[in-house]
Amino acid sequence: MVEFAGWEMPIQYAGIREEHLAVRRDVGVFDVSHMGQIELRGDAALKLAERVLSAEVSDMDVDSARYSLICNEQGGVLDDVIVYRIEERRLLIVTNCANHERDLAWIRAHNDADAAVVTDLQAGYAMLAVQGPQARPLLAQLSATSLPARMRCASGELGGVPVLACGTGYTGEDGLELLCEPELAARLWSALVESGARPAGLGARDTLRIEACFPLYGNDIDEQHDPISAGLGWACAERTGFIGAERVAAVRAAGPRQRLVPFVVDGPGIARAGNAVLPAPDDGGKPDGGGVVTSGTYSPSLDRGVGLAYLPAWRAIPGRELQIDVRGTLRAATVATKPLYQKDR
Amino acid sequence: MADPHYPEDLRYNAEHDWARIDPANPGEATFGITWYAQDTLGEVVFFTPPAVGSMLVKGEHYTEVESVKAVSDVVAPLSGEVTEVNEALSAEPQRINEDPYGDGWLVRVRLTDPAEADSLMDAGAYAAMLT
Repeated sequence: MVEFAGWEMPIQYAGIREEHLAVRRDVGVFDVSHMGQIELRGDAALKLAERVLSAEVSDMDVDSARYSLICNEQGGVLDDVIVYRIEERRLLIVTNCANHERDLAWIRAHNDADAAVVTDLQAGYAMLAVQGPQARPLLAQLSATSLPARMRCASGELGGVPVLACGTGYTGEDGLELLCEPELAARLWSALVESGARPAGLGARDTLRIEACFPLYGNDIDEQHDPISAGLGWACAERTGFIGAERVAAVRAAGPRQRLVPFVVDGPGIARAGNAVLPAPDDGGKPDGGGVVTSGTYSPSLDRGVGLAYLPAWRAIPGRELQIDVRGTLRAATVATKPLYQKDR
Repeated sequence: MADPHYPEDLRYNAEHDWARIDPANPGEATFGITWYAQDTLGEVVFFTPPAVGSMLVKGEHYTEVESVKAVSDVVAPLSGEVTEVNEALSAEPQRINEDPYGDGWLVRVRLTDPAEADSLMDAGAYAAMLT
């Protein structure tokens, strides 16, 4: 167990590789109750959401979900979130634990004349993520009603526990994330594990999301990085005029100076966050004012070191050879395409 | 990975490395990492062996063992020249987890000063250090 932002979190149960492969091949369950929830309600909820969220919200169907960023005025990223449209005038924003209080204060500060009802629901929900190719068959056994499709959400009951189920995740696998009352979470967890879901910890969650090339707030995105450089321009609808939209539009038009790209280490060795990335010898081999690993790990699926790095745009191109300074040893690596792990579908 | 165990016939340093000195041939030793070290690291995925012929100095790191979670320096428990490395670990580094005192050995060394072993811990002292 480790402490993370005030939460006791399991790094691993049986072992990172074993849990990782269970999610890739079968089904795993993660306790992600540290994630925060903020509800926006009322006639002004959509307007407030489109002010603070980078994604378009007014065109969302009821019972759908969408990935979004929260940006500051300079276009720096304050958080990445999932927004659910639960009702016509009721939205639920799922935040990162470490940013939750800041998000809440930010949203309230932009809720002009308190037109929307903003409620902190972090203490009101536990959250379990059931992920893997067998996630839906397993959940179908526990549910009398049909499961929501990918990027959709629905209220229902699983194993006798009332849940808000959403077709979302952070692993690159199909699956659902389940919100329920904290008092009932242990019962839901037991029902899932007894049905065959393998408990998986934060360690596997990290290796899975890196293989899927999903950014982690605090590693790959933060206030110093804009969405376009992070490869998240698809989550930004500048036409809504969200906070930071002008800066995002300017970077999009001019092209970013650096880009977040996945890489694979060619031989043994694992690059870790903070390692410097240099051009390959054929490209001069000397530091050129940029290039740093922001996420790095061992990929159980590929059996080699992989990660995400910010590179100067001119060499942030798939196939481009690199050198990564791993604890004083220069390791050859290659820019890859997203995702690092391609599911056979 | 079984339960913690620290064989009586080994000598240990505080950095969680062991040395096995054959009484019949006290000028040579085999090195590895302890059960505690492999358990703390978790699943080992890479071991970069030193070159045969390289000189190791007691107390200095001579290679790295890398797991999914972290990379760890491996510290020489004794000084000497590497005469053999465990080649099998390049294909199956998980042997370090499965059998840290057997198939998971790292290097064999011709000792330059066998008397250095007197400063290492026995199994009881090492186990006591861990508690």
